[in-house]
Amino acid sequence: MEYFLSEEQKMLRDLARRIAEEKIKPVREHYDETEEFPWPILEELAKADLCGVYIPEEYGGTGGGVFELCLAVEELCKVDGGIALILAATALATFPILLFGNDEQKKKYLPDIAAGKKVAAFALTEAGAGSDASAIQTVAKREGENYILNGTKCFITNGGEAQIYVVIVMTDKTKGSRGASAFIVEKDTPGFSFGKKEKKMGIRSSPTRELIFNECKISKENLLGKEGQGFVIALKTFDASRPGVAAQALGIASGALDDAINYSRERIQFGQPISSFQAIQHLLADMATEVEAARALIYVTARMIDKEPKLRVTKEAAMCKLFASDAAMKVTTDAVQVLGGYGYMREYPMEKRMRDAKITQIYEGTNQIMRNEIALALIKEAAKTKK
Amino acid sequence: MGIRILEDKCSGCSLCVKACPFGLIKMVPREEVGKPHPKYKKIAVIGQGCNLCGACLEPCSFQAILIEREEAKPRADISQYKGIWVFAEQKKGEIQGVVYELLGEGRKLVDQLGHKLSCVLLGEGMDEASKELIAYGADRVYQIEGSILRNFQDDPYTDVLTDLIEKEKPEIVLMGATAIGRSFASRVAARLGTGLTADCTELAIDLEKRQLLQTRPAFGGNIMATITTPHSRPQMATVRHKVFKKAIRQGNHQGDVVKESIEGKVLSLRTKLLNMVEDITQTVKLADADIIVSGGRGLGGPENFHIIEALARTLGGAVGASRAAVDAGWMPYSHQVGQTGRTVCPKIYIACGISGAIQHLVGMQSSEIIVAINKDPNAPIFKVATYGIEGDLFQVVPVLTKTLKEVLG
Amino acid sequence: MNFIVCIKQVPGTTEVKINPRTNTLIREGVESIVNPFDTYAIEEGLRLKERMGGKVTVISMGPPQAESAMREALSMGCDEAVLLTDPAFAGSDTLATSYTLACGIRKIGEFDLIICGKQAIDGDTAQVGPGIAEKLEIPAVTYVKKIEEINEALIRIERMMEEGYEVIEMGLPALITVVKEINEPRLPSLKGMMRAKKAKIQIWNASDIACEKTRIGQPGSPTIVNRIFTPPPRKGGEMLLGDPEEQAQKLVEKLRQAKVI
Repeated sequence: MEYFLSEEQKMLRDLARRIAEEKIKPVREHYDETEEFPWPILEELAKADLCGVYIPEEYGGTGGGVFELCLAVEELCKVDGGIALILAATALATFPILLFGNDEQKKKYLPDIAAGKKVAAFALTEAGAGSDASAIQTVAKREGENYILNGTKCFITNGGEAQIYVVIVMTDKTKGSRGASAFIVEKDTPGFSFGKKEKKMGIRSSPTRELIFNECKISKENLLGKEGQGFVIALKTFDASRPGVAAQALGIASGALDDAINYSRERIQFGQPISSFQAIQHLLADMATEVEAARALIYVTARMIDKEPKLRVTKEAAMCKLFASDAAMKVTTDAVQVLGGYGYMREYPMEKRMRDAKITQIYEGTNQIMRNEIALALIKEAAKTKK
Repeated sequence: MGIRILEDKCSGCSLCVKACPFGLIKMVPREEVGKPHPKYKKIAVIGQGCNLCGACLEPCSFQAILIEREEAKPRADISQYKGIWVFAEQKKGEIQGVVYELLGEGRKLVDQLGHKLSCVLLGEGMDEASKELIAYGADRVYQIEGSILRNFQDDPYTDVLTDLIEKEKPEIVLMGATAIGRSFASRVAARLGTGLTADCTELAIDLEKRQLLQTRPAFGGNIMATITTPHSRPQMATVRHKVFKKAIRQGNHQGDVVKESIEGKVLSLRTKLLNMVEDITQTVKLADADIIVSGGRGLGGPENFHIIEALARTLGGAVGASRAAVDAGWMPYSHQVGQTGRTVCPKIYIACGISGAIQHLVGMQSSEIIVAINKDPNAPIFKVATYGIEGDLFQVVPVLTKTLKEVLG
Repeated sequence: MNFIVCIKQVPGTTEVKINPRTNTLIREGVESIVNPFDTYAIEEGLRLKERMGGKVTVISMGPPQAESAMREALSMGCDEAVLLTDPAFAGSDTLATSYTLACGIRKIGEFDLIICGKQAIDGDTAQVGPGIAEKLEIPAVTYVKKIEEINEALIRIERMMEEGYEVIEMGLPALITVVKEINEPRLPSLKGMMRAKKAKIQIWNASDIACEKTRIGQPGSPTIVNRIFTPPPRKGGEMLLGDPEEQAQKLVEKLRQAKVI
């Protein structure tokens, strides 16, 4: 489908594709097996200026927005859905700084992120606070010019490897959902340590760790926005980052679809390529339609966000993430089916896609929460217009 | 001058469109260009950038494409140039194999033209070598001696050969397309302002026009081009090792040696040869090998190349690799066969786990016998293989090695 | 220091096939690419600039569409680009090409080192590099796999030979042609691509570069293409069937019959 990308967007997409094909493809199996952090790939992305595609030029980025981020993430995920998280998960943590950071904070942190010198991580989830984010227990107590953090975050992507962490903690438990704040915490701050690395079903090259705060002292300069804005910051961040997760799911699904089509043309059974059988054709047709629908939804939403930052896009961002991730799960499962036995073998890159796709239905808000958000938004809109 | 579409002949069949390697031909409705025709609706239009390669001529069954060449003015009185010269490349005093092959082919050519077959030998202490060249068919050897010529260096060699050519006026000069030959010939041809065709696979004489027909592959070997140098002399060509057959040694063949010393003469020398380092890692050189066993992506990893090496050792051959294997770091680049690696033409080329992408094929498809072992029956390599074995190379290759060991003893 | 890199835009041969029915070349959407060996030359030029300071100018002789190759070189980091294009250059063989490029380089002005790729994958002649050196009357070394040392006055390089390598030193200005082993070319960067898109490429035709009309294009080409034909396609041969033991036996028999073993 023709999306009328601009010259720059085409260049970006083609460059990301080249890196995916030339640099990521040869090593994706290796990183899935060893679960190492793909630092060499970060270097390649940095050299290509892709780490800053969503960061303004004045901070060293190339001045694009969510759309450019989605383009890059999609292309990288066509080849590997996990390695791309070094870019996508960093973006998740960078959006709070972009949206709510003051000038000093932006000048301090954005250039290194744009240059690919530093990786970032966003920390909200806790053992007792997943979908129920307001149940977080980690606290930050003001003491003079500093805050003291205590508590534990879990399941944090890029945890342990990132140098920059944006953490949502309670600064005033009495205020409920208005009592949280967002802080920037750097690695190696005394009192800040990491738990074990989690063993996951998929996206195994992406490290997932606990963050442990024990009397961790940080300067008040590290507060993002104002005290009490924590959840507002988180929700606004998700509005910008959910299309990115959707793009990850889209890339995984798209790569799976392409490989499935190619395989079906080469695999001969009963004297013909299996692509000539209607059963396979219908599978492929459904897969392709879902992928294209996901893409269209994501591109339109991303363009909306970039063109009109003041628009409320919670519903649309949630729709992208919901639809693309469900599509990815379905498409990758069907793609494994098309490949039959070979789809199940770890020797071939297909089964990994199915393992990788699952997380997109879960993180950055489960798809059940997505449905909640969408329904709430629909009802609100209806209520408004009814008057 | 240039290329023209003959309006009355072009039927708009589009065969030329696909044949142009540069994609410069388009089919347009005839009304758009004001060239209507009672029968045909479309006409070919050739875009800018056509370099007159002529690839479109063959597919056109209507003879609707015409290439007019502006004849370059004759640069010299051609009739004064006589004889065929073979540059006798020597390394450390040893004449390189390709020279004897050029003598073999040179003899066939010169017998048609009716003049002498000579060698030009530059070096130090080359008396015995000169005699050998005569035994292999040279009617004359120009033996130029000098300590500065002991090892090949661009400047003195170019000075000596161009002076000699200008003095003696050979009609044709042949050189081996070796690392030395290819750059040396380019330099000499550029200085003389004459034509040079590299990597010829066929040489013939057009007696009527008294021209050397120099045939060589282009576009990775997918098409052959026959080149001529109609108005400049000498006509120069380089030929790769093992393209032609070695001349037969005839101990009683007669010839004379014109020996000259350039010791004391001032020749330019702008490069300094500081050191020559031999690479002893390759036991049998790829370029010279009669038998090559190559491994590709199908091997899966560097640790598996030993089965290729074992087969190569048993056959007394060299080990090659496809670009996929080299790029993955399983084999060093010196073993790479293909478009951006080495071109080889051994007697037997055994390709194991190599799919046969065109860039690999162009590096080995002129091998006499190609054996392909691959588990994918649709691998393109089977289209060029003399013998194909569909199977798991991890089973076939060791069994083959074992069988050969028994047979060869 | 001033570095000049000569590049050529060539058809990517990936999709070039032979039509079995008509025995002619089929070009299925062949895109044009920068000659692979030239990307190594560009990379080496960029590395030298990073090491020694200075400027990299990329030059090419080709049709107007070769502009995209120039932009690719710029996006990798080259500073300036010059495209020599003119219908009068059409039909050039390697001698005329060397002469034309030499004239273009003379117009660019002072330079320390010219870097070329080993050969172009369409012509495969490897003649233009040495030809340019001859026309400019500078020393040249081909098949360079490593630059050991370079300064304002001289360069010391390793030249790849069949059985090893030679270490050669020569004074600057000079010309080298490089092989793949010399480096790993960088991918363009997004900022580089955007810069390249806006950059002004100098386009020179025959009258811009002080060249003699009789030495360019067809008149300047002593060699001409007499005939192009497609070689008889190498036909696939026999498939040897059976289990690995049987297949091996059959192959050994065939090789014996062919007297190769």
